[in-house]
Amino acid sequence: MRVLAQVAMVMNLDKCIGCHTCSVTCKQTWTNRSGMEYAWFNNVETRPGQGYPRRWQDQEKWRGGWRLNRRGRLTLRAGSRVARLANIFANPVLPGIKDYYEPWTYDYRNLVNAPLGEDYPVAEPRSLLTGKPMKIEWSANWDDDLGGSVEHGDADPLVVRARAQGEQAAEKVRAAFEQTFMFYLPRICEHCLNPSCVASCPSGAIYKREEDGIVLVDQDHCRGWRQCVTGCPYKKIYFNHRTGKAEKCTFCYPRIEVGLPTVCSETCVGRLRYLGVVLYDADAVTAAASVPEDRDLYEAQLGVFLDPEDPEVRRAAERDGVAHDWIEAARRSPVHALVSRYRVALPLHPEYRTMPMVWYIPPLSPVVEALTETGFDGEDAGNLFGAIDTLRIPVEYLAGLFTAGDPAPVRASLEKLAAMRAHMRAVNLGEAESGSPSEAADAVGMTGRGIEEMYRLLAVAKYEERYVIPTAAMGEARRLEESALPAECSLDHDGGPGMGGEGIGTGGPGPFGEDSGRRRLPLVSLENFHALRRRQTGDDEAQR
Amino acid sequence: MNTLLWGALPYVAFALLVTGLVWRHRYDTFGWTTRSSEIYESRLLSLASPVFHYGILFVLAGHLLGLFVPASWTDAIGVDEHVYHLFSLIGGTLAGLLAITGIALLVYRRRTNAPVLLATTRNDKFMYVLLVGEIAMGMYAKVTNSSFSSGYDYRTTIAPWARSLFTLDPRTDLMTGAPLTYRIHAVLGMILIAVVPYTRLVHMFSAPVQYLFRPYIVYRSRGPLTEQPRPRGWERLDA
Ligand code: SF4
Ligand code: SF4
Repeated sequence: MRVLAQVAMVMNLDKCIGCHTCSVTCKQTWTNRSGMEYAWFNNVETRPGQGYPRRWQDQEKWRGGWRLNRRGRLTLRAGSRVARLANIFANPVLPGIKDYYEPWTYDYRNLVNAPLGEDYPVAEPRSLLTGKPMKIEWSANWDDDLGGSVEHGDADPLVVRARAQGEQAAEKVRAAFEQTFMFYLPRICEHCLNPSCVASCPSGAIYKREEDGIVLVDQDHCRGWRQCVTGCPYKKIYFNHRTGKAEKCTFCYPRIEVGLPTVCSETCVGRLRYLGVVLYDADAVTAAASVPEDRDLYEAQLGVFLDPEDPEVRRAAERDGVAHDWIEAARRSPVHALVSRYRVALPLHPEYRTMPMVWYIPPLSPVVEALTETGFDGEDAGNLFGAIDTLRIPVEYLAGLFTAGDPAPVRASLEKLAAMRAHMRAVNLGEAESGSPSEAADAVGMTGRGIEEMYRLLAVAKYEERYVIPTAAMGEARRLEESALPAECSLDHDGGPGMGGEGIGTGGPGPFGEDSGRRRLPLVSLENFHALRRRQTGDDEAQR
Repeated sequence: MNTLLWGALPYVAFALLVTGLVWRHRYDTFGWTTRSSEIYESRLLSLASPVFHYGILFVLAGHLLGLFVPASWTDAIGVDEHVYHLFSLIGGTLAGLLAITGIALLVYRRRTNAPVLLATTRNDKFMYVLLVGEIAMGMYAKVTNSSFSSGYDYRTTIAPWARSLFTLDPRTDLMTGAPLTYRIHAVLGMILIAVVPYTRLVHMFSAPVQYLFRPYIVYRSRGPLTEQPRPRGWERLDA
């Protein structure tokens, strides 16, 4: 057993409102540069839908991830090492810019420079690739909110598969998808335990960090062979077409290192993202990723995770050099709780065999909504359990996303969420005692206390509970702060500019007036890590 | 002139190559890439690029064979001059044709595809002219100086000269007898070798053969949390 720590994420899909705030803030932070216009390290797609890039889930076409070869060993779906090298001069399955979209800007100058005339001047779209006027025909979320799904409905590979299964009438499926079922799926790089992007990089420039499991591209060693773009089944590696280097989601490692959540989590409007440490057995990864049946991959991956409450595991972790505060953080990890303790979070497409580490709590709300519309009590456990089963299409669709098609874990997760609703309603209405077992809790095999803890984590958890991130090194935290800052904030200085008095270093009002003389104005940012954290985590307005 | 071209230029080219590689590796590893434009256009590229690259690799192998394997060795395994000549004429011309077709298609693609053209730097254009000129000159030299029955035997002049470079005793006299076309080809070739590290051609030196031997998953440690020395140009201002 070799214990490694991984910073992982869980997203609660029930709460995603599809506002794209996460995508935009991520873009402003990481990819607002030329060459990366089309790159969305975080994107939010409407399900059912094609996703971004178009139809990325169709691995028959894009050949991402791993498969088992005839001897049952893991090999890249895109081909053996020799085959990859033989194809290095032109990657046969590289998505082109059209599979993403052609980036553009607008000719704003025309708005002010256009000669006086009859027509109102317009800012024409201009391609950022050619500089020529272009027609905008597609972009990262063109089919948002099922837009154009009549036209593109068949383009979702999962819909196609769900239709092919069994004898449901195609019309019924379509109606079910459009009327009762739509949800958002925010996606970032999965920072996989068995990353196929790493495995397909000929230069060895992509690596997984031992300390926190973040997968990064070494920009100095990437030589632009583009194999990783194909290798990643989630299509989360983007080729910077200006620098000729691959880039990917960094899990905001500079923030994680100082204990701050990623930008997408920090800014998420629905507060649906959870960050925490998961301990896993690195020696067990390959075996777990090679189980013969796709449907067993979910359980196999759960088996790789280690229980931080187990003293045996903790000892092994210390031995393998996992820092003590990381082990402690793993015990408080919301991700561990949602994934292993409550088992409500599920991996995205485990059948790609990369062992993804961004997990999802499947959305229950479409079920509740559908039930309420038919006149039943949408929050009654009995009704809900029944509905989950009868609404087979959504469950099958979700199973296609999260469990390689096995509906059982999806149903189990949805039932727990349903039971939680019923139990909490009973408690709130005084029908049941808080902390005591209830019918709903019993039905899903949870205790009243357990279900209430889960409720707390899912519904009311504050910043510190949602993001449990140990800093890269507690002891060194101070040194990581912006080192140009003096030991204390210069604004707090008695008589400093913050106090409405004179600036530091002027020695009081001089003979030539206040603004004269050499001032040592603080030119670096005035916020340090602690101040930022106080401001962001304080519940009290006055602390901010 | 003779000494300059055949005694000095090779060493200058070699020195430029080595210093260029070292310089590039130390100061511009970030710029060391294939700068692929496949994402803009892949249909033509998927044909042209392998054709060119495999062609040029054969050409390279042919040159190594011709220049650095002495005639006495091939004689020793029973390959006489005529057989060798036919082999080199047919094999070399085929490989050259592959390379030429490939690069012609690639240049055509570069000219006609707007995003690809826009991503072409002046450095690239210079490099393309040199590279195409060099390959064309080589083909021309070979074909005009050969027929099926006999051909110019560079293994008595150019090859010994090239080998003598390594003993630091260049036999410049050998080159004076070589046909003009061959000499132009050789000079262009040396210039090409000299500019490789300063153009995108540098990617040839990162051919990833090590991929075949390393484990699939690469782990790296973040390293100690000390402040790294900043690269040149990124020092703190300490205002
Ligand atoms: S999701 Fe991320 S870690 Fe996994 S294969 Fe893709 S790029 Fe690599
Ligand atoms: S910011 Fe949050 S709620 Fe908004 S789209 Fe992103 S994940 Fe969903």
